[in-house]
Amino acid sequence: MNGLHLWLIPILPLAGFLLNGLLGHRLPKALVSTNALLFTAAPFLLVLHVYTSFSALSLPYIERHSAWIATSAFHADFAFALDQLTLVMLLIVTGVGFLIHVYSVGYMAHEEGYWRFFAYLNLFMFFMLTLVLAENFLLMFVGWEGVGLASYLLIGFYFKKHSAVRAGIKAFVVNRIGDFGFLLAMFLLIIHFGTLSFSEVTSQIAQHPDWHGGVLTAIALLLVLGATGKSAQIPLYIWLPDAMEGPTPVSALIHAATMVTAGVYMVVRTHALFDRAPLALTVVAVIGAATAFFAATVGIVQTDIKRVLAYSTISQLGYMFLACGAAAYSAAIFHLLTHAFFKALLFLAAGSVIHAVGGEQDMRLMGGLRRYIPVTFWTMTMAVFAISGFPPFAGFFSKDEILAEVFRSPNGGPLLWTVGVVTAAITSFYMFRLWYLTFFGRLRLPSEAAAPHGAPPAALDDQLVATAHSIDGHPAQAHGIHESPWSMLLPLVLLAFLSFTGGWIGIPHALGGSDRFAHFLDPVTHGTGVPASFEQVSIAMRTGAPIPTTEPPTKPEDPQTERVLTGCSVLAALLGWLLADTLYRRKPQLPARMAASSRMLYGLVLNKYWIDEVYAFLVVKPILVISRYILWGGFDRGVVGGGNRVLAGAAQGAGSVLRRIQSGNIRSYAGWLAIGAAAILLLSFFGFGTHIHMGVR
Amino acid sequence: MAFGMYLVIFFIFGALCIAGALNLLLQRHPINSALSLIVVMTSLAVLYLLLGAEFLAAAQIIVYSGAVMVLFTFVIMLLNAGEEERTRGSRAAYLVGFPGVAALLGILTYIFLSVRAPLGNAQLGGGTLVTTSDLSRVLFRDLLLPFEVTSVLILVAILGAVALARKDS
Amino acid sequence: MFVPIAYYLVLSAILFTIGVAAFLIKRNIITVFMSIELMLNAVNLTFVAFAHQWHQVSGQIFVFFVMVVAAAEAAVGLAIIIAIFRARSTLNVDQVNLMKL
Repeated sequence: MNGLHLWLIPILPLAGFLLNGLLGHRLPKALVSTNALLFTAAPFLLVLHVYTSFSALSLPYIERHSAWIATSAFHADFAFALDQLTLVMLLIVTGVGFLIHVYSVGYMAHEEGYWRFFAYLNLFMFFMLTLVLAENFLLMFVGWEGVGLASYLLIGFYFKKHSAVRAGIKAFVVNRIGDFGFLLAMFLLIIHFGTLSFSEVTSQIAQHPDWHGGVLTAIALLLVLGATGKSAQIPLYIWLPDAMEGPTPVSALIHAATMVTAGVYMVVRTHALFDRAPLALTVVAVIGAATAFFAATVGIVQTDIKRVLAYSTISQLGYMFLACGAAAYSAAIFHLLTHAFFKALLFLAAGSVIHAVGGEQDMRLMGGLRRYIPVTFWTMTMAVFAISGFPPFAGFFSKDEILAEVFRSPNGGPLLWTVGVVTAAITSFYMFRLWYLTFFGRLRLPSEAAAPHGAPPAALDDQLVATAHSIDGHPAQAHGIHESPWSMLLPLVLLAFLSFTGGWIGIPHALGGSDRFAHFLDPVTHGTGVPASFEQVSIAMRTGAPIPTTEPPTKPEDPQTERVLTGCSVLAALLGWLLADTLYRRKPQLPARMAASSRMLYGLVLNKYWIDEVYAFLVVKPILVISRYILWGGFDRGVVGGGNRVLAGAAQGAGSVLRRIQSGNIRSYAGWLAIGAAAILLLSFFGFGTHIHMGVR
Repeated sequence: MAFGMYLVIFFIFGALCIAGALNLLLQRHPINSALSLIVVMTSLAVLYLLLGAEFLAAAQIIVYSGAVMVLFTFVIMLLNAGEEERTRGSRAAYLVGFPGVAALLGILTYIFLSVRAPLGNAQLGGGTLVTTSDLSRVLFRDLLLPFEVTSVLILVAILGAVALARKDS
Repeated sequence: MFVPIAYYLVLSAILFTIGVAAFLIKRNIITVFMSIELMLNAVNLTFVAFAHQWHQVSGQIFVFFVMVVAAAEAAVGLAIIIAIFRARSTLNVDQVNLMKL
């Protein structure tokens, strides 16, 4: 096998972007979608090929193309690296990406700018694949920034909508703050390690068992800043709820399955650094747990279906961060995998729901839809069960593994575990709330949305309004609601299947499985040459002993404890379901009464704890003031503009003075000639320019 | 003495040159200036002879006084140039030009007189006379190309003069 | 006695400066042109003087070429003057100032 040609994997979507971007507006829609699908399916097939030839490779497999920066002190290449972690990410990105492309063909069929959408999606795929395949921090940063750009372009896709444009800008700017941390981390890495290559950094850390804390903590914390920006954790999560302004496939692909997981991927990729910086790991764990809990609480009162899913994403990402913070890296990636399946499914199904009810996103105006859109209903049900963590669905195994690892880890312990379990209960609650509000009960749509497409029934208005709120899903009035086309349903079904079976590759020992997924990732998380694990480091640091350079023997597992913990998490999920069932199916008037009785608390949570407003006041407003009055008014207009005016005035003045030489008067020209000649002669007499020998040769 | 004669001739004809030049400056009617210039040219021809350039002396009289100045005279008569009016002169010329000119003269004179001894004397006799054959030997052998180019130049000048001075009919 | 070369040079300098002065003072175009010829002649004298001093023919060759070029230039220049006279009916230098900025 002569080369895997890894470079093709990112380049093909780039080609699709160029094709659709440059020529798309002139091509028919069928051709545009064929292009996009082709250039997304091809990388997926390539990744499958890589997967099949995986065992024959020597890992890590590095494909160097050319030098990018080549100085004597430091060099960085255009190089792609492949190992188990990369393979998992590649499968997720290309696989789920392809399914979402298929879905978008149906979903975006009536949108203007169809070609633009697919061009941007392909561009996103290119950058994301670059990020995942990168062999060094610098190339990863290219992908990192690029996905931020693609996210901005896609969030602001409906650029005529003011709120969408502002959401796009908000996403980009907040991401930028995180990227600043990433950049600083890269600079520190260059200074202290002299290299930005992942493998070289890891091997250098492995060779120096005495390195811990200090600079490594600084680098790790800066990387965490970058990760919180990209993966929407506290304090930089604020862009993700607003990013729902983008089309639903965008929310599914970028803000659920792939881009937001880049932060988690980055932490796992550089886990060698984090293992030596216990403080940073603690910070990660705390941020993860806090974000998970906090976002879940906000999610329970949101009324927009996509907002609920957005906060759910933030919460689940918090779980992944929590897992990283507990040094359970393979658990984090496992959850990333299952989350990609069920979260993408949730978003796509939500898109199907929205499509069915003609654009309405408020859950209070839905209800009883399970009779009209059965396929959507069943697939979404699978996703809801998966995210709530019911066995044997995918989310159960990954979430359970995270909680078990957190309980065991020296960085986690019972406290964080409790937070995780409570959050799991809340997650289950709000997901089932969404389920009940959307699919059960009576249809609460106003008349226009219930009417058939494109035919406003003016005469039927009053009749429909009268009957809209009374009867449970009367067929006669709701014939506008229809199931989505097969191009949208097929990905839903596939993702539902994956949400059901996806967790089975990671069944832990305690429950009779072989934990295949964690073992698959072992070479990355605990391989030879990979330095001592986090547990060893923290133990060594605490006891003052030298940090060992070898791996410990396999940790003795305690299957009994693990089964108890598993039972607790399933119990929490059931509790959430029960609560949702009570409040939203059996006693639907209860939530309103509860909200009314605790008005302040309800208002606080409904308005996302006013965080956006606090940020606006503390950060945005001062920056705007400084920019407008100091930087623009003072510096730009005063110094630069003033300097301009001075220079221009000087030039003008000099010009108007010198203009008088050109008088048109021949005699004055003659005068200037004469004095010029005299001056030259004088200068050469004093030796400038020529040498006059006063003697005879 | 024969040698002293050279000095006398030099001073006479040098004075004639300067007188003619000053006359050119001071006369108001251009035809007077033209005639003064002819005097200057002719005196210069004598000075060339004193310096041993016999061909150049002849050429000076034939070409300069005999052709160029005649051309000037023709044009003056053609255009019926009258006496100069006393229009307002250019201030720049007076303010800037005269000091410049005076400075120029001062510097040059100073330089030349300060190297009077190293420069030596103009001695006629011996091999110092440059005959026409010497001149033509250099001109037609080493400098043949510039010579031919000059003839092209003259051709161009003829064409230009004819084209410029033609009446647009 | 012999004439020092320096005297020739001084004479030439005087002629040259008179030429420059005439160039600056005179108002008739033709007279200005004649002063240019005077300057050229002054320089010719310098060349011949140095040719004599260095015993080189090249100085005189240079004078030869200067004469030729001056003659050509005189012809063309006078043609231009005629053209200007036809256009503006004046030979006053101060009134030929269309190129004023």
